Amino acid sequence: MSSAREDILRRIDSAKYGMSAPVPIRNYTSTSTLSEVELLDLLEDRIVDYKAKFIRTSDVAAAISDIVKEHSLSRIVIPDGLPSAWTTGITDTTLTSTELDNFDAVVTASEVAIAVTGTIVLNHSKSDQGRRAISLVPDTHICIVKPSSVVGTVVEAVARLNPKDHQTWISGPSATSDIELERVEGVHGPRNLYVILDLSS
Amino acid sequence: MAATQLVLERLGIEIIATEQSCCGQMHINSGYPKLAKPLVDQVEKNFANCDYIVAPSASCIGSLREHEDRPALVAKCFDLSEFLVDILKVTDLGAEFKHRVTFHTTCHSLRVAKLGNKPQQLLNAVKGIEVVELPAADSCCGFGGTFSVKNSDVSGAMLEDKLSNISSTHSEFVVSADNSCLMHIGGGLQRKGGKIEVLHLAEVLASRG
Amino acid sequence: MAKGYSGVSLPFPTLAKEALKDTQLRTNLARATTTIRDKRARVVGEVTDWEELRQAGHDIKMASLSNLSAHLTKFESEFTAAGGTVHWARNSKEACEIVARIAKENNIQEVIKVKSLTTDEINLNEYLATQGIVAKETDLAELIVQLADEHPSHILVPAIHKNRDQIRDLFVDKLAEAPAGLTNSPRELAMTARAHLRKKFLTSRMAVSGANFAIAESGTLCVVESEGNGRMCLTLPEILVSVVGVEKILPTWEDLGVFLQLLPRSSTGERMNPYTSFWTGKGDGPKSRHVILLDNGRVQTLADEQGREALACIRCSACMNVCPVYERTGGHSYSSVYPGPIGAIITPQLLGEGEAKTLPFASTLCGACYEVCPVKINIPRILVYLRGKENSANASLTEKIVMRLAALSLTSKGLKVLGTAIRTFSPVISSRPAQKIAHYLPVAKKWSAFRDIPKTRLTRKVRKP
Repeated sequence: MSSAREDILRRIDSAKYGMSAPVPIRNYTSTSTLSEVELLDLLEDRIVDYKAKFIRTSDVAAAISDIVKEHSLSRIVIPDGLPSAWTTGITDTTLTSTELDNFDAVVTASEVAIAVTGTIVLNHSKSDQGRRAISLVPDTHICIVKPSSVVGTVVEAVARLNPKDHQTWISGPSATSDIELERVEGVHGPRNLYVILDLSS
Repeated sequence: MAATQLVLERLGIEIIATEQSCCGQMHINSGYPKLAKPLVDQVEKNFANCDYIVAPSASCIGSLREHEDRPALVAKCFDLSEFLVDILKVTDLGAEFKHRVTFHTTCHSLRVAKLGNKPQQLLNAVKGIEVVELPAADSCCGFGGTFSVKNSDVSGAMLEDKLSNISSTHSEFVVSADNSCLMHIGGGLQRKGGKIEVLHLAEVLASRG
Repeated sequence: MAKGYSGVSLPFPTLAKEALKDTQLRTNLARATTTIRDKRARVVGEVTDWEELRQAGHDIKMASLSNLSAHLTKFESEFTAAGGTVHWARNSKEACEIVARIAKENNIQEVIKVKSLTTDEINLNEYLATQGIVAKETDLAELIVQLADEHPSHILVPAIHKNRDQIRDLFVDKLAEAPAGLTNSPRELAMTARAHLRKKFLTSRMAVSGANFAIAESGTLCVVESEGNGRMCLTLPEILVSVVGVEKILPTWEDLGVFLQLLPRSSTGERMNPYTSFWTGKGDGPKSRHVILLDNGRVQTLADEQGREALACIRCSACMNVCPVYERTGGHSYSSVYPGPIGAIITPQLLGEGEAKTLPFASTLCGACYEVCPVKINIPRILVYLRGKENSANASLTEKIVMRLAALSLTSKGLKVLGTAIRTFSPVISSRPAQKIAHYLPVAKKWSAFRDIPKTRLTRKVRKP
């Protein structure tokens, strides 16, 4: 008996016999025509729509410190490559899931932000964005976005990213609509999401 | 049919008296394409000498247009409202109908024949008419050809919702561009024993008060 | 698709008739489908190039299928090169056995699961139970359905048939974490589920998922979700097994630029779903990552020239949300993991000849499904095609005779006779006594259960000017 692999591949080749391969027409909109100011406004509008907080500042450290104070966040985990000027916290090395569960918040940088969908992309292969686990287990995620990383469309974001990098795309706090289609923000992932737009540079 | 003929003749259209034949949709949609083929052949043959084939049924026209292998046939098939609005460029036919009506947008007029709001344009131009919006006008009445028999209970549940929407409009007539839906809705209304009647769009357009 | 999902279950009309009696179900469904329909329409309306995206989505999927074996082997080599393991399974049995073997080799008695239709399709949870392995669903709706010991009734909102009161009662009954005085507020119910699953996420050693897309050129898997239960399962355990249908392949990373617009807007009616995770082989997250590439009827579907377009489906559920039949009957009447219009064309094809044969007839062909399908699958066309296939194999003799007679009476000659007959006999057949008799005649009684035989309108006089 042939292996499942050989069997499946062989049957696929005879199944699609005579099937023509049309070349997909990509005449959809690829790039946004918005100005930088309009892009940032759109991003804010979309992120706020997801019930996440959006803060514009040229003093990231102060903005983080305000959030920390306001919500009495005491234990904060940070990836080892996070700019030290932003905040102090416990640097993640190999914290276990249970250990991470004792943290109140996480601060990370981000790779790309998509204005039209209010999406933040984390690239876990970068040291300022950290492992997947640290931006998942703590209940509050504070995420710093640089204006230069903001793109208009999903197509532009995909073009900027490398599939080999481990990524998480985040659009607002976790949510469910499983009960009568009524949206509830905050389930298993962080229930609070703060997006800080870093206008310092 | 008589109403359609009358509407077109008033506009000076010459109607070629030819033998009629079914578009074959019932057989196609029920999964009997082979039985439908001779019917479609006959349509093509009977109407070979006409410039246009106009039918007061968006559903039949929609079905005929799906025969991509018969481009000449496809090109000359028009639903009545489409023919009036797009080809003859007329919406006001001088009709008068002093009644309160509601309009059921049939699935096939909307999604297969793609008539858009052409039937409504014609209806709104009728003198003395009062058109009341039907809640969930574009939701299916549940007919679906043999569906109404094969899935009689589901069909009945859909009809029930359609009837209660119709009755909420307090209209005297339900108007539509498809006879099949009208037959279904009409049968339901008759069963309920109310006073609301069904009427084809062509019948309203042919009316002179 | 064994156990509750197989073709041996009752025909659609029978199950639908039962479902229609459940007025609570009909209220829940009407409310939920209306809500999600409106949400979808709003966010789709925002996208000016929606039609171009739909066409591209359709074409990319069909192009991918036309070169499927090359894309699959490319995916395999890339995923493997990145440290992952690729398995192949011809059917549900092989796929289930692979999952169980991985669990046993690692001495695991419980796995946590991300909502996955593919694992529902192969009845993985039931199989694992026979092997002494507990499969714990972590998506809120899947958890509700699992606690109630039911099957999902919708592919996106598996518990769409249940309302908040029913869910509250279930949680009070089944969950130790349900606080005293738990109300029916969706927030409180979601927080109860959070408390219930938290420890599981932090301590489980193995997770099972599906995938929404598998990118061939890079060997990347993608899971789209909302609650964060997916990220938990895809990140925290040591071992991750993803069961992926072979049709989930997309040739290039660039293709995601299309599908990550089409999918969220069509399914949950959001501009983007809260979380999307991507991984290529090993790396950040589980140390051991497996993919099972599953056939289970997909290749035989591919072999059908008329039916293969169904494989382009990205499981968004927009078609069931707009389907007037689904809205009244709910998902259980379809006896399949895949209900609604797409289920009516996928289930019979995946199961093969003679199975789920009433499903292609469970549609009025109203066309609403085709209109919303983000990858432009012409569902009505395939429904009609499958009806024909089923009829030529299994239609009853009576039906064949009736259809043949109908075809004859609808020819030019036949119509003349038929017209005269209707004009002559209409007063008789639409008379009160005849309407009563119709209740007892085959076929006619199906019509007469809900409607009269209408009085003919052929004779209606039109006043000439």
